[in-house]
Amino acid sequence: MSARDAAIAVNRFGLGARPGDIGTAARDPHAWLAAQIDPSVIAGPAPGMTAREGLVYLQTEYPRFRAEIERAGADPEEIQRQVRELLREPRLAHIAWRTGIAVTTPDGFAERWVRFWSNHFSVSSNTLPMAVVAPTLEAEAIRPNAFGPFADLLRAAELHPAMLIYLDQALSLGPNSMAGRFLDRGINENLAREILELHTLGVAGGYGQGDVEALARILTGWTVGSRRLRSDPEDYGRAVFDVRLQEPGAHTLLGQSFGGEGPQRAGEALEFIAARPRTARFLSEKLARHFLSDDPAPRDIAHIEAAWTRSGGDLAAVARAVITAPSAFDPALLKFKTPEEFLISSLRAVGAPAPNPRQLYAGYVALGQAPFSAPSPAGWPDQAEAWASPDAVLKRLDFATAVAARVGRNARPRERAVEVLGPSLSDATAQAIARAETPEQGLTLLLMSPEFQRR
Amino acid sequence: MTDMSTTRRRLLVSGLAGAGLVLPGAAAAFAQAPRAAGRKLVVIVLRGALDGLAALAPVAERRYGELRGDLALEGGLPAPGPFVFHPAMPTLAGLFASGQALAAHAIATDYRERSHFDGQDRLEAATPAIRDGWMNRALTLMGPDAPGAVGVGQSMPLLLRGPAPASTWAPAVLPGADDDTISRLMDLYARDPMLGPALARALETDAIASGMTSESAMGGLGARGAGPQAYALIAEAAGNILTAPGGPDAAVISFDGWDTHVRQGALEGQLANRLAGLDAAIAALHERLSEAWDRSAILVVTEFGRTVRINGAGGTDHGTGGAALLIGGAVRGGRIIGEWPGLDRLYEDRDLYPANDLRSLFKGVLAGHWGLDRTDLERTVFPGAGARPFEGLIL
Repeated sequence: MSARDAAIAVNRFGLGARPGDIGTAARDPHAWLAAQIDPSVIAGPAPGMTAREGLVYLQTEYPRFRAEIERAGADPEEIQRQVRELLREPRLAHIAWRTGIAVTTPDGFAERWVRFWSNHFSVSSNTLPMAVVAPTLEAEAIRPNAFGPFADLLRAAELHPAMLIYLDQALSLGPNSMAGRFLDRGINENLAREILELHTLGVAGGYGQGDVEALARILTGWTVGSRRLRSDPEDYGRAVFDVRLQEPGAHTLLGQSFGGEGPQRAGEALEFIAARPRTARFLSEKLARHFLSDDPAPRDIAHIEAAWTRSGGDLAAVARAVITAPSAFDPALLKFKTPEEFLISSLRAVGAPAPNPRQLYAGYVALGQAPFSAPSPAGWPDQAEAWASPDAVLKRLDFATAVAARVGRNARPRERAVEVLGPSLSDATAQAIARAETPEQGLTLLLMSPEFQRR
Repeated sequence: MTDMSTTRRRLLVSGLAGAGLVLPGAAAAFAQAPRAAGRKLVVIVLRGALDGLAALAPVAERRYGELRGDLALEGGLPAPGPFVFHPAMPTLAGLFASGQALAAHAIATDYRERSHFDGQDRLEAATPAIRDGWMNRALTLMGPDAPGAVGVGQSMPLLLRGPAPASTWAPAVLPGADDDTISRLMDLYARDPMLGPALARALETDAIASGMTSESAMGGLGARGAGPQAYALIAEAAGNILTAPGGPDAAVISFDGWDTHVRQGALEGQLANRLAGLDAAIAALHERLSEAWDRSAILVVTEFGRTVRINGAGGTDHGTGGAALLIGGAVRGGRIIGEWPGLDRLYEDRDLYPANDLRSLFKGVLAGHWGLDRTDLERTVFPGAGARPFEGLIL
């Protein structure tokens, strides 16, 4: 059943079939997936400002811009509006770039893999600086490390300026550090807690409040270079280690002591956490939940976990384990697509010209999942119950209707259904599409069909 | 009527770039063609296959009641022969009575399968071999005097696709999914334990929000989308475009939602609602075309008819012979044209016998209304069709 496996490879593990994709994968669906486990397949670098350029812009150009419009006598609302407008364009452009990759890539599994980790290390545009840097973490930390050792990915993500700002590490300082003795501020535990709870061990991962505090102390010193810190101007906007903020002494995390001064202390601790069995367990389950089922089978989790442990967290080996899990090619479609997955797979299926960045963003917002705006550091939920609300289904229907209207009478929905669903296409859906009144209605029914809504 | 400035503006709007866009071989037609200026031709395509036996019901036929069962009409608006118009269409019946509308029954293209897409393609292309629309090919024959053409909707209808320039216009606000699509999706979700209940609940909420019961929301009167209540608004907009200074003379409008497999209804119900919507659209065009009404012809067509017998779900399935209408001040109306095969002999023992050819109607309209030459119609617009044009359709 290589056609069935091909449809699953493309739709479950990739980002959805473009016409022709299932045929390409059908020659050897497993090899088709495995070939994408290759750093050189991953798209990048992103256009536009890097995190550093964005932050430098905020520290230099932006205050000048603001002063200028204030001098021009604009009222506060007008200033707000202009600022929002100014910051909006690059963000929308970045989202359009990232969507363009997803919609056109022949290597959907590699891109889905990137997105899994990007959502795992979620950062959100919830403040002015974050509006500028949130999109850069995926491009700068995730893409280059997606198929390397997990410890490298962890370090790159936690010590990226976007993460340091988002989870307040940039403001954290050791109470007994040089700066701490002069300033009325102290430790901020936010990043340390989320590293343990969300990024590695999991909430039931066997750590306590003492471990959170220890990790917070271990991480001190890591911040983002700025004028305020009197950093070297070369370091403005970069993740830097500033010894003046570091809590001295040795700190015990999960029974292990991390001492010494300097930047390597945080890195050693992160490497230590990355290698914990609970980390392997927690992430194997999360991967199985993302790729296979909201309620993953223990044997699938165990299969991924074994590969994780055997390889010491080599994400290429882990990716291979995900696509060879016992249930990997089960025909039952257990995963309900997230809005973003639905949007991308719809655009892939119809091969429509990409909407302009504003329309595209409006589409994400209407469907309820605008990129880089997850409501919490936990990222977007990955389970159907979060996304299959009544109103959300209607929103999907409106989106599908609009996509179908764009494609118009050339939609060829009967042929398209076979091309993008392959053997997953049910008789009921095929019949509903064949009986549709118009090609547009047929295409809408295809995009809304139970099997297209799932993967 | 056509002073030079009007003509120039119109050409500008339609984007006609001169003789370069005209099909080769058509040059000889120019001398005879130009009857068009200012003569409006609107084609309304009822997508999904109108039940012609409901719109123009042969109530006096011997087997009518037996074959139509619960869908049989009692009463109706006056029409000649065994027919009545559906009571939901008083405007049509009134125009018919005053000689401004005619009907053709038991009419079909040469397509004999039952797929909507293929049927509509044949309706609009008129031949299986060519992938552009007969209306567009007609426009290519009209040389520099070719009227501007507009498709009302998001995408260019096949009728207007081809080498002659045409534009599209759509309402600024996109309608959401229409009720018919929603009801099909409900069917598709019938066995989906997650999506089925979610969609049902959403529709209930939607209905409450607009002060309706969920039953009427599902029955074709929902608050969402371009249901029959939007037909008149669309027709009104089309009328405004057609009569604007420099506006086009040709328009194509599509109304979806005629595929009444389930609970079609007789005097009331979803088909009655759509017929009322169509009637309101005709009234809106009449009103908006105003002065131009006497130079207007509105052709109402559908891809095929529906089964004569009622199915197990209170509806009708895809059939063959259907009905068509020609309405307007330019129409020599008040009659039903063509042959009526009756209900004693059915096509494949299920459909109204296709005794008349839609292409005869199209040819008759293009010849009478736009003055197109018979040879050109045979050679360029309907190659290989063979159907003899209906004569004398237009005043």
